[in-house]
Amino acid sequence: MLILNCPYCGESADETELAPGGEAHLRREGPESQDEAFESYLFHRSNPKGVHFERWRHAFGCGKWFIAARCTATLEVFGTYAAQTSCPPQEIVDKISERRPDRRGASGS
Amino acid sequence: MKRYSAFAIVREAARHHLGWQRAWTSPEPRASYDVVIVGAGGHGLATAYYLGKNFGITNVAILEKGWLGGGNTGRNTTIIRSNYLQDPSAAIYEKARSLYETLSQDLNYNVMFSPRGVMMLAQTHHEVRGYERTAHANALQGVETEFISPSRVKELVPIIRLDGPRYPVLGALWQPRGGTARHDAVAWGYARACSDMGMHIIQQCEVTGIRSEAGRVSGVETSKGAIGCNRLGLVASGHSGVLAEMAGFRLPLESVALQALVSEPIKPIMDVVVMANTVHGYMSQSDKGEMVIGGGADGFNNYTQRGSFHHIEETVRALVETFPMLSRLKMLRQWGGIVDMTGDRSPILSKTPLDGCFVNCGWGTGGFKAIPGSGWGMAELMAKGHSPLTEAFSLARFREGRFVDESVAAGVAH
Ligand SMILES: Cc1cc2nc3c(=O)[nH]c(=O)nc-3n(C[C@H](O)[C@H](O)[C@H](O)COP(=O)(O)OP(=O)(O)OC[C@H]3O[C@@H](n4cnc5c(N)ncnc54)[C@H](O)[C@@H]3O)c2cc1C
Ligand SMILES: [Zn+2]
Repeated sequence: MLILNCPYCGESADETELAPGGEAHLRREGPESQDEAFESYLFHRSNPKGVHFERWRHAFGCGKWFIAARCTATLEVFGTYAAQTSCPPQEIVDKISERRPDRRGASGS
Repeated sequence: MKRYSAFAIVREAARHHLGWQRAWTSPEPRASYDVVIVGAGGHGLATAYYLGKNFGITNVAILEKGWLGGGNTGRNTTIIRSNYLQDPSAAIYEKARSLYETLSQDLNYNVMFSPRGVMMLAQTHHEVRGYERTAHANALQGVETEFISPSRVKELVPIIRLDGPRYPVLGALWQPRGGTARHDAVAWGYARACSDMGMHIIQQCEVTGIRSEAGRVSGVETSKGAIGCNRLGLVASGHSGVLAEMAGFRLPLESVALQALVSEPIKPIMDVVVMANTVHGYMSQSDKGEMVIGGGADGFNNYTQRGSFHHIEETVRALVETFPMLSRLKMLRQWGGIVDMTGDRSPILSKTPLDGCFVNCGWGTGGFKAIPGSGWGMAELMAKGHSPLTEAFSLARFREGRFVDESVAAGVAH
């Protein structure tokens, strides 16, 4: 069972309290964008076997959206942080490079 | 290759079973092949088989990182049906279902296709309308289905409870020629036939990189060295995204865990397949007597082949309401597979941005039933560059907004 710490209310919430929301840090494309970019924004997902940044909602708790950094190959959780960011905070990036030294590019998506 | 037959059983019995041949060879890879297929699941093997059978292309290698049939092909609950809503889906799934009817004869391998009938319960009024619509669509597509009444449901499945408090049974979509087949046998039968045509099935060979020259695929790097090819087929279900990244493009896919479980074996109690999509549960009884049960997919990206317990709990809770006698059963085993989900819940059989490289993926929770049809279409696509069966399932549909939307129609799509 996956357990994530909600960065707002501090609860350790198990999966049944949470609703998954897919890949985080996607850049929204506007009306002026090219078809390719819009297609990518809507459908393409990095879907990595490894470190994944993803949105979750503390659905049966405080109700707020947050972001989790997690490994999809081992289910290890590197940390969670508030949703109002466009890239992961430095401490999470550091934690990931410490735990996954071989990983290319430690930024979001 | 010696054929399997009743006579062969007698012959081998008479000589202490010493004369059986290996079903497929285990060769070392050659430096290059005309076609390389990545993934020896049902879809990869069927693609190779029809490349050989329908197009005479036999200089083919199928590379598998684990053992053949060890992916979702060996983990699924084996439901076969073709009662989809959209025309392109009906075409490819019904092609597959009809090929299943004679697959054992075609492959000279008993895949135990059992057209026992598939029943999809309607447990809300919304579902009744949806399935009536599907039945009408199927009539136009030439797929034999029928919307049946609750009393007919009870006749076919005496152990069912029609008046459950939360989800009463209001009718069902019935496909009498749907059913099940033996999943391993499908992989093994295709593998044996491919090997017999001189193709190489190379197990324990993981593809780790994809080579290209001037925008065209030229080969793959593997744990057994580099292997060249003119055409490459990526048929790796849950790992398709990982392979696409090696090839330099992205796919509209997410990989999540889907689980199944089986009970202790009991005497025959149900001789059809029943699916209850509103409550995410479905069930059939295997020849050994085990109740084979599956539910909905987990919600988050996952490559571990382990799912979450609460999904199983939800599935079993829902099924116990509709089949009260199940509450006394012990469950024996539970497992998971990593399924590749697209937004419209339809597969991708397509050319890719890399010339000569094709994908066959996105079958998600429901691709076992499609194996022969998918292999048939994919082989045509790889041999000729286009196929009427696969046209609607190209990658271009996402950019163009031409979805083959089965998500609403199927709810859960096994
Ligand atoms: C629990 C469960 C229940 C299901 N129930 C049903 C059902 O009732 N009916 C139905 O129709 N469908 C069902 N499905 C879906 C069905 O199993 C799949 O859609 C289908 O088996 C996919 O077949 P495949 O050949 O594409 O993939 P797989 O059988 O997964 O084969 C892909 C192969 O690629 C290999 N591979 C991956 N990466 C690499 C690499 N880098 N190098 C070399 N090899 C690689 C893998 O090891 C694997 O063997 C179910 C799935 C699950 C998990
Ligand atoms: Zn919270």
